[in-house]
Amino acid sequence: MDTLGIYIHVPFCVKKCSYCDFYSVSYEKDVSEKYVDAVIRNLRYYSDKKRITDTVYFGGGTPSLLSARQIKLILDEINNSFNLSADTEITLETNPNTVDFEKLCELRKTGINRLSVGVQSMIDSELAFLGRIQTAERAEKTVYEAYKAGFENISCDVMIALPEQSAESLQYTLDRVTDMPIKHVSAYILKTEQGTPFDCDEIKNSLPDDDTVAEIYLEMVRILESKGFEQYEVSNFAEKGFESRHNCRYWKCYDYIGIGPSAHSCNNGKRFAVGRNLHGFIDSDIQKIEITDENPCGFEEYAMLRLRLKEGLDLESVPEQRDMIIKKIPALIKSGYINYDGKYISLTPKGFLMSNAVIEYLIF
Amino acid sequence: MANEKIRNFCIIAHIDHGKSTLADRILEKTETVAIRDMEEQLLDNMDIERERGITIKARAVRLKYKAQDGEDYIFNLIDTPGHVDFNYEVSRSLAACEGAILVVDASQGIEAQTLANTYLAIEHDLEVVPVVNKIDLPSADPERVCSEVENVIGIPAMDAPRISAKMGTNIEEVLEKIVTDIPAPKGDTEKPLKALIFDSYYDSYKGVIIYVRIKEGRVKVGDNIRLMATGAVFNVVEAGFMDASNLVNKGSLEAGEVGYISASIKSIGDTRVGDTVTNNDNPCDEALDGYRKVNPMVFSGIYPSDGAKYGDLREALEKLQLNDASLSFEPETSVALGFGFRCGFLGLLHMEIIQERLEREYNLDLITTAPSVIYKVTLTSGEVQYIDNPTNYPDPALIQTAEEPMVKADILTPSEFVGNIMELCQDRRGIFKDMQYLDDTRVNLHYELPLNEIVYDFFDVLKSRTRGYASFDYEMLGYVPSKLVKLDILLNGDIVDALSFIIHTDKAYGRARKIAEKLKENIPRQLFEVPIQAAIGGKVIARETVKAMRKDVLAKCYGGDITRKKKLLEKQKEGKKRMRQLGTVEVPQEAFMSVLKLDS
Repeated sequence: MDTLGIYIHVPFCVKKCSYCDFYSVSYEKDVSEKYVDAVIRNLRYYSDKKRITDTVYFGGGTPSLLSARQIKLILDEINNSFNLSADTEITLETNPNTVDFEKLCELRKTGINRLSVGVQSMIDSELAFLGRIQTAERAEKTVYEAYKAGFENISCDVMIALPEQSAESLQYTLDRVTDMPIKHVSAYILKTEQGTPFDCDEIKNSLPDDDTVAEIYLEMVRILESKGFEQYEVSNFAEKGFESRHNCRYWKCYDYIGIGPSAHSCNNGKRFAVGRNLHGFIDSDIQKIEITDENPCGFEEYAMLRLRLKEGLDLESVPEQRDMIIKKIPALIKSGYINYDGKYISLTPKGFLMSNAVIEYLIF
Repeated sequence: MANEKIRNFCIIAHIDHGKSTLADRILEKTETVAIRDMEEQLLDNMDIERERGITIKARAVRLKYKAQDGEDYIFNLIDTPGHVDFNYEVSRSLAACEGAILVVDASQGIEAQTLANTYLAIEHDLEVVPVVNKIDLPSADPERVCSEVENVIGIPAMDAPRISAKMGTNIEEVLEKIVTDIPAPKGDTEKPLKALIFDSYYDSYKGVIIYVRIKEGRVKVGDNIRLMATGAVFNVVEAGFMDASNLVNKGSLEAGEVGYISASIKSIGDTRVGDTVTNNDNPCDEALDGYRKVNPMVFSGIYPSDGAKYGDLREALEKLQLNDASLSFEPETSVALGFGFRCGFLGLLHMEIIQERLEREYNLDLITTAPSVIYKVTLTSGEVQYIDNPTNYPDPALIQTAEEPMVKADILTPSEFVGNIMELCQDRRGIFKDMQYLDDTRVNLHYELPLNEIVYDFFDVLKSRTRGYASFDYEMLGYVPSKLVKLDILLNGDIVDALSFIIHTDKAYGRARKIAEKLKENIPRQLFEVPIQAAIGGKVIARETVKAMRKDVLAKCYGGDITRKKKLLEKQKEGKKRMRQLGTVEVPQEAFMSVLKLDS
């Protein structure tokens, strides 16, 4: 039977990071109360007890700016309106500077069982460059305290391909991150997004060129795998059994309902999105959505998403395109972009780096 | 009107020396056009002509002028193309006149094209009336220019009118010269009709309009006329002249007159410039001298960027051909470029004009292949082949001799650039003939050059090496034996037919290397490594490699927002349309175009 995931977009930040283009505004206590009310209204509206809901994800923004009480209100409503499975994965994105040991203990009690900590780097000069509010020491402290507070499933976000990042500095960050009691790493290549402070020539020119980025990425994959974090997606690595179930929904074309400004959903055969406007969200009884796709998960989209996963694309799941795809396999294998076991096509790390071109070559 | 009151003349001038401006002033002074109705530069009526400052198609206008002797005169001003590609059309226009006004820029002096056309006019026994223009410029030196005209052309010029067409200075003097110096036309109106076609164009209502000079006899509405070269017979619907803006059907034309005939002619192919029109019921004994069929000299493949536009391209070419019988085309296919046409042109300018009109007027996005000349190949079997498409070049083992066309070139230049030009001509396998000083500072260089060395970019390079001062003209000489080879370009091991070309052995290596380099610059790094090779027969003489790309844009799919990733995919799909897929290699259009201009 189909399952369901719930994404809650929490659009508050203490300070916007220079590279980030996710929707967020400055945190204000009273606004956050109204926001929580609106989330609860929407949860009731989307109530679905027929399907089992087995993932909940608080993303942002900085969800850890909400109090444990607010998180509990939201989770209680999810419990009321949805049919939660006993082992539901409930993730909270956490900024180290917004939590202390006490709050982490309270959060753990609300039912949150997975933390995704925005570490980004273990080098303070790199953190300053990124516009992060924390130090490496503070991030490390947060992870250890979370572990002590009972979080067994902790993920760290890391940013790679920073200006002047060397093999040594990359190794240093990854060593220190993986030395901590964590199960999962998300490692993203820094990209200058339009409209962010980083969207300027000065920053762009300081970034390593694509060839160097490729070297850094491959080195990152090698290091993480050597430490027992297996790559399971372009940017995601985990110990066996600790892959992010919620994020895998996106790549497997499973349903998820997104609540909050800028949240995206894929539910009951439609993709839809909420506008990037907190007050619009708060002031509406039910969040206003715009359908972005009337007929999602067609072949191209399905293949594109599946191929982001290390598991890859099962050719038996695309019988119509199978022959067309098989013809293209040898050239890609020869160049080291993919593996093929007779059933699944999967991208190699070299292939992930070129995933747009590889996927395009395969599916068009 | 009696013939002695008619003056048929044309204007010879270098680009930018003021031909069209003078023509406008003459129209204005003869009150043919009310000033307020005037569009700047009336005679040039195509956008491209105006932008390039050149006249492509000849036209004829009738003007009335009341001279100082108190008599009314009729002027037929026949406009001539100024460019070498249209030499034959120029010669036919000249054959319709008794005189020519030679316009020379008071600061720049005589240029190569002016000289060539002036000699042509003298050959046709035209009375040449020199006029020194642009005397308003600070750098004007009319005395020097007049003596240059006398020295170089050998006609008296010291009393030439000094004018400024732009300011309207001394235009009357020119008009009086036309009356006094240019002879009235001769011709017996009682003889059978004999008329020269010097231009034609297609009108969607009237069919083909032919411009004629009546040499003997008369023609009137209702006559059956015969075009002697093609043998086609038509019934005259209109006979008259063109004033500044309209065709005026006066019902008949007679010996000495210049005008137009319309006779429900459907195809411009029937009305060849230089052909003789006679009366079908009372024909003349023989046609006028000088007719020849114009043959294309330069060929190039033209393909739509978007294969789906093939039909549109065909339609556009057909429409252009309605007005331009010298344009030829036939379907051609290329593995690399798909369906297109092999087009034949009179020369380089003609080719550029056609391409530009296709793109501008018909909104087509085109890929063109490197221009080729016609090579003459004698096979060991004795069979002679003319090759205008490198793809059809025979296997070298089967070739006994190969020949290429040569031209005789005149290059006029300030003497300081002689060294640069000699170097350029040397590099283009030119054979130096002689050099003639026009005056202390200007030189006329004579070279024989292979046509295939000037079809790419010779004119551009000449201009850049002489800071725009040199001018250039050429005429065909004929074929000479040559050591030719076919150079193939291979991408990822496969020959790209659209990039093959024929070249002299000595130049193959250098060009091969340049092309390989250009392609490397213009083929983006992609999923797979792209080996680029240039080869003669099976032998690779140059190679480059476009390394595989290492990383492309990794769009996030965070928070379940896959819209950006999808947009990227869509964009790639779009971008693919701009690329030519050759096996696994994607080649952007720019790469095909980049090899056309190697020196720039």
